[in-house]
Amino acid sequence: MAILEIEKLSKSFGGLMAVSNVSMSLEPGELVGLIGPNGAGKTTVFNLLTGIYVPTSGTITLYRDGKEIKLQGQKPYNICKNGIARTFQNIRLFKDLTVIDNVRIAMHKNVGYGFFASIFHLPSYRKEEKKLTEKCMELLKIFKLDHKKDEYARNLPYGEQRHLEIARALATDPMLLLLDEPAAGMNPAETSQLTELICWIREKFNLTVLLIEHDMSLVMKICERIYVLDYGMVIAEGTPDEIRSNKRVIEAYLGEAVNDV
Amino acid sequence: MSRLNEHPVIKKAISLILTYVIVQLLISTNIISAYLQVTLATICINIILAVSLNLITGITGQFSLGHAGFMSIGAYLCAMIVLRMPTIPGFLLGVFAGAITAALVGCVVGLPTLRLRGDYLAIATLGMAEIIRVIFLNLEITNGAAGLSGIPKFVNWFWLFVFTAGTVIVISNFINSSHGRACISVREDEIAADAMGINTTKYKVMAFTFGAFCAGIAGALYASSFYFIEPSLFGFMKSIDVLVIVVLGGLGSISGSVLAAVLLAVISTLLQSFPEIRMVLYALLLIIIMLFRPQGLMGSKEITFNVFGKLGDMFASRKRRV
Amino acid sequence: MERLLQQLINGISLGSIYALIALGYTMVYGIIKLINFAHCDVYMIGAYVGYFCMSYFRLGLLPSLLIAMVVCMLLGVAIEKIAYKPLRNAARITVLITAIGVSLFLEYGTMFFVKAETRTYPPLTGLLARTFKSGSLVVSMQQIVIVGITVILMVLLQFIVKKTKIGKAMRAVSLDQDAAELMGISVDTTISCTFAIGSALAGAAGVLVGIYYNSINPLMGMTPGIKAFIAAVFGGIGLIPGAMIGGYFIGMVEVFVSGYGNSMFRDAVLYAILILILIVKPAGLLGKNVREKV
Repeated sequence: MAILEIEKLSKSFGGLMAVSNVSMSLEPGELVGLIGPNGAGKTTVFNLLTGIYVPTSGTITLYRDGKEIKLQGQKPYNICKNGIARTFQNIRLFKDLTVIDNVRIAMHKNVGYGFFASIFHLPSYRKEEKKLTEKCMELLKIFKLDHKKDEYARNLPYGEQRHLEIARALATDPMLLLLDEPAAGMNPAETSQLTELICWIREKFNLTVLLIEHDMSLVMKICERIYVLDYGMVIAEGTPDEIRSNKRVIEAYLGEAVNDV
Repeated sequence: MSRLNEHPVIKKAISLILTYVIVQLLISTNIISAYLQVTLATICINIILAVSLNLITGITGQFSLGHAGFMSIGAYLCAMIVLRMPTIPGFLLGVFAGAITAALVGCVVGLPTLRLRGDYLAIATLGMAEIIRVIFLNLEITNGAAGLSGIPKFVNWFWLFVFTAGTVIVISNFINSSHGRACISVREDEIAADAMGINTTKYKVMAFTFGAFCAGIAGALYASSFYFIEPSLFGFMKSIDVLVIVVLGGLGSISGSVLAAVLLAVISTLLQSFPEIRMVLYALLLIIIMLFRPQGLMGSKEITFNVFGKLGDMFASRKRRV
Repeated sequence: MERLLQQLINGISLGSIYALIALGYTMVYGIIKLINFAHCDVYMIGAYVGYFCMSYFRLGLLPSLLIAMVVCMLLGVAIEKIAYKPLRNAARITVLITAIGVSLFLEYGTMFFVKAETRTYPPLTGLLARTFKSGSLVVSMQQIVIVGITVILMVLLQFIVKKTKIGKAMRAVSLDQDAAELMGISVDTTISCTFAIGSALAGAAGVLVGIYYNSINPLMGMTPGIKAFIAAVFGGIGLIPGAMIGGYFIGMVEVFVSGYGNSMFRDAVLYAILILILIVKPAGLLGKNVREKV
């Protein structure tokens, strides 16, 4: 039983088909890679999944607790509430806020006190805030950011910013995590550390992960299945080994072989 | 950590009561003369206006130029009620009726317009305030351009203090809660906030409505402090005045707004002795402060509230709350 | 029918003035994203310069207009250099407050020197004072002059922006300041030029308002200033054709609401239309609603 079913998803920007007829499905607990050359439409797929763009046609269905939830046309915050969280290709942290506030904001949807408790600081406010802070610290510990909780996000080194973004996404308590180029700009040592981290959080939080990545060493190492996108279309799907030897994939990345030479 | 435990709450309460008692003593002994009491009322009203606009513009990042419109709703409603019910309950009824009406209008106007961004929102809110002004200008019940006069005065230091301290505390509490942080996330990055499960429209409208409510209170206090109101008091320039206080104090800093409101009132009182060039000096001062302190007096920092508890801590800025 | 035509003529002449002021707002906004509050006071100064040229130095309309434009041009550049340039990298709202400061300074500074009283503009004489009648339709030479001068200035502006080197620089800087600088365009010079052109247009508008309404005072800039800014937003701020369309639109609405409806509600109708348009088209009439790239 799939957890997420994408059927014939298309998005056009004024005539340009950024994504056309993409169908994908994710099984619970899977770690799936989404790869493709620059401009293939990978991030657009993420934006469609998270509601930032409204699809031109097609359906996105999430299966949660035995229920079918149609996601196309829903607002991003609703999709997040349904259990899909993401990171961004060009890090979008709340840069002028502290590390802990970044995480606390992501936990807001599960906060159990209302407007009046917040303006009068009623007992429920204190109880919930305490709980919230504890949960944040737990999460930050996993990412080794707990000692930097009062640091401004913009002052963190690049790698830690990437980690904080993942922590923030996890704080929304997702069942499906979308990672948009988590290893971009990292050196090999950092990348391998990140690889382990991704595997570890998948187990720990019982997640399904879909990730976009250009670093093939990472993708081939951890992904169980890979979708390859080119010109907005899925050109291949399969295990890392199948993808590695797929002719269309090689053409998409390297261009067609010139036979005459 | 800016979390409250019992100790700071008591400290806060003591410093509040002390502030109240000291000013009351100064008034009783006539050190704060009748003339200075007018300045005091202006300061308190401006604090309420600035802090509530700061919630909308500084905290939630929505550029509003319509604060005077909400203020005028509070002022007119309170004036009309107090004129018919010249008693303390009538006054309180007026204040809350004014504030709630202002909040309702804020909500109704905010829902469609808050999806506009930046300067477009500013212009839409400016337009909203002007429409409200034109309505008051043409209604019979508000006596048109001549305005309402002879409004019974119920506002004294006690009520000023209650409403001003109340507004400041309630708004800073809000900012330090999860709902307040949701508002801040809208300012920081709307798309990221949305993707993290924050209903951005809801929080924009919430901040706008809440701000309008407080502006309504400020207007009601104005009406019952100064005997007389007319539509031209609540024009575009009034909204600008409030914005100047907010930016001068530092966007996002509540204590900055309070400080700037006091400072501007003091400057304005001092400049009274040069009526000819008062506004020119004021304008020059404004330009100079902005050129040398573009982030406002306080930036986005807060000063500790417990002035009386520990004088030494007075200027040690507390860890950024926002 | 004749009444409609008459209103149309009045609307066009009033709209011309709004359009001229709106152009300055839109150009400055387009290049440094600032609502230049002081712009409406530059226009007031223009009106006063024109007034003194015509009444004290007995100059004709055209020389007065040119002098007013030059003075305003210098003033605009000076304001930019002193008050806005040091804040190039500050938050936009900070610069906005500075602009409000400059605006108040100009208003009350002028009031200090020329006193607050309203002054009557010297009446036009000779050919310029003529009116043309056809039935109940009245067109004054004054209106023709206003529209004529506006059209000439707009054509000139279009020429500068589209065909000259500085125009190209202006367009480049408004699109991407950093990229323009890397391509060897002097951003400072370009911004100064933008202020110069915008302020000169405001100066011209000041003189034209003087002859249209016959009276000027130090606070005359406020209301038309706001309306012209609304015109710019209405058309899509930062876009020169948008400001022109917006200016004429606002002029028309004002004249028609006063003529056919209740003039007391004129401004309310104006703002209501504005808000409705923005709700339907959040970036103004000609503006493109650019989505942030995620």
